[in-house]
Amino acid sequence: MIRWAIIFSLLLVFGTLRLSIEAALTEQHRSAYFHQARLGLDLREQIGQLGFLAALSGFRSLVADVAFIQAHVAWERTEWGRVLLLFREATTLQPRSVLFWDMAAWHMAWNASVAASHDPFLTNNALRHKAQDEYVALGKDFLERGIKNNPDRPQLYESLARLYKEKLNNHAAAARLFARAAALPSAPERDKRFAAYELSYAPGHEREAYEALRRLYDRGEHERLPTLCSRLKYLEQKLAIPLDERAF
Amino acid sequence: MPPTPPKKMKTANDLDGKKRRQASAKSVVNSFVVKHRPFSFLRIAAITGNTFTELVRLKVFYFLLIFALLLIANSLFMARLSFQQEFQVLKDVSLGAMSIFSSLLAIVATARLIPRDLEDRTIYSILAKPVPRHEYLMGKLAGVLLLLALSILAMSALFLVLLFVREHILVNETLRATASLRPEQIQEALHRLKASAFNANLFPGIVIIYLKAALLAALTLLISTFASSNIFTILVMVFVYFIGHLQATAREYWLQDHSGGWLVRAFLALVALAFPDLQLFNLVDDIVAGTAIPMTLFSQTAVLGCVYTSIYLFLAWVAFQGKEL
Repeated sequence: MIRWAIIFSLLLVFGTLRLSIEAALTEQHRSAYFHQARLGLDLREQIGQLGFLAALSGFRSLVADVAFIQAHVAWERTEWGRVLLLFREATTLQPRSVLFWDMAAWHMAWNASVAASHDPFLTNNALRHKAQDEYVALGKDFLERGIKNNPDRPQLYESLARLYKEKLNNHAAAARLFARAAALPSAPERDKRFAAYELSYAPGHEREAYEALRRLYDRGEHERLPTLCSRLKYLEQKLAIPLDERAF
Repeated sequence: MPPTPPKKMKTANDLDGKKRRQASAKSVVNSFVVKHRPFSFLRIAAITGNTFTELVRLKVFYFLLIFALLLIANSLFMARLSFQQEFQVLKDVSLGAMSIFSSLLAIVATARLIPRDLEDRTIYSILAKPVPRHEYLMGKLAGVLLLLALSILAMSALFLVLLFVREHILVNETLRATASLRPEQIQEALHRLKASAFNANLFPGIVIIYLKAALLAALTLLISTFASSNIFTILVMVFVYFIGHLQATAREYWLQDHSGGWLVRAFLALVALAFPDLQLFNLVDDIVAGTAIPMTLFSQTAVLGCVYTSIYLFLAWVAFQGKEL
């Protein structure tokens, strides 16, 4: 009996000693973007007891994959409500997967919103527009939450920029997001160009856009792509740039 | 009556001879005593080898390994079913299978070691020899750790081969599909594909899976030193496995949230102090999603895993040392 008391005491002493170390290590893990998922009771209701248990036992990512595959099946059947719920599960379980956020946003803002605009059950155009806007807003929400969880990755900034450009017609916001993506270390070279292109479409930002495009143009042949040249030429004319300063 | 021979007087030479004989006998005994070291790697290696052979001969472990390998192979099929995230599914399923099978193997293999030795009475013949109990425990644990290392190596090899084959197939498909594009576009497509397939961070992730299994094996050894049967040990360890994954949550509530009553807080404190934090060893979920693991973080987690294993082995020795056999 005394031996067991000694062992239990030693276990508690070890527990006390490692407590602060583990808490600090957990914080370090979180700052390196590990263990970001927050498993609450709402998720337990969504994924069921077994799924929740699996998620708690170290199979979070696997349960997220299952939800993602189910969402894919629901998309094939155009069950948009189910697609939304399943993507919420997948992204909650695996918030570090850029693919999940990106696909969720794409399904909502592009596929579901277009499907809503042709929905025969919605009686008039006003309702269809409303539904369409709601799906676009859902897509935007997925991307914004995705960026909060993955601020170190450029893909979701790019996707949100595309959403602003194509669905909300907000080129200034798209330019800002492309520029934020371009500032990240793993960003592709094209993000800087895309930021400048979008700025060139944004009313009131012509001068700024011209300067950005000109800087890129001056970098050399490899940056002088057809779109860049045409936008630069357009802005030179629009801003009445002196002939001797023009590239075209 | 024959005359009795006169009693021989002990000469100085005789006394010296007796002393010499006594001294030589003593030296023989001493040489045996000196030869028995309190700690011997050879003795531990012998027990390790024996334990490993014993475990490998059990069909249940072959079954688990084959099952694990089948699951990994199955992930290739699942990868074909899902569309863009095929590599993610492949990696998730493979590493998830590795994690669960290594943990199961650690628990089931270790749980039966001491009860089986008691049942077969081999423990008596081992401990009757000059084998200290700590060496016996170390040898037993090392045997399990060796088995775990080989199992994880086998699973990792199969997983990496699958990943490589799938990547190769997809690269060829991409090259065919993008033949008409500009070279830099093809390069970018290939770069994205390769980046999503193999990731060097998978190796630290696999090492952490091994350390988690080692920790569980050491804890199982501790439980089995006082458990009456291996079923009891396995059941306790299944609970420990689940509670261990919630330990971090209990610790955070205990340390940060002061709203609960004293009973709740005492319970949370007990969970936080008595159970290991297994969530710290669950890094593969995020590694698969592309999160890079810094070397310092990996080292700290690995050191924590080793400390856990050592402490549980020490506690198992404390429990086993006083056990009446």
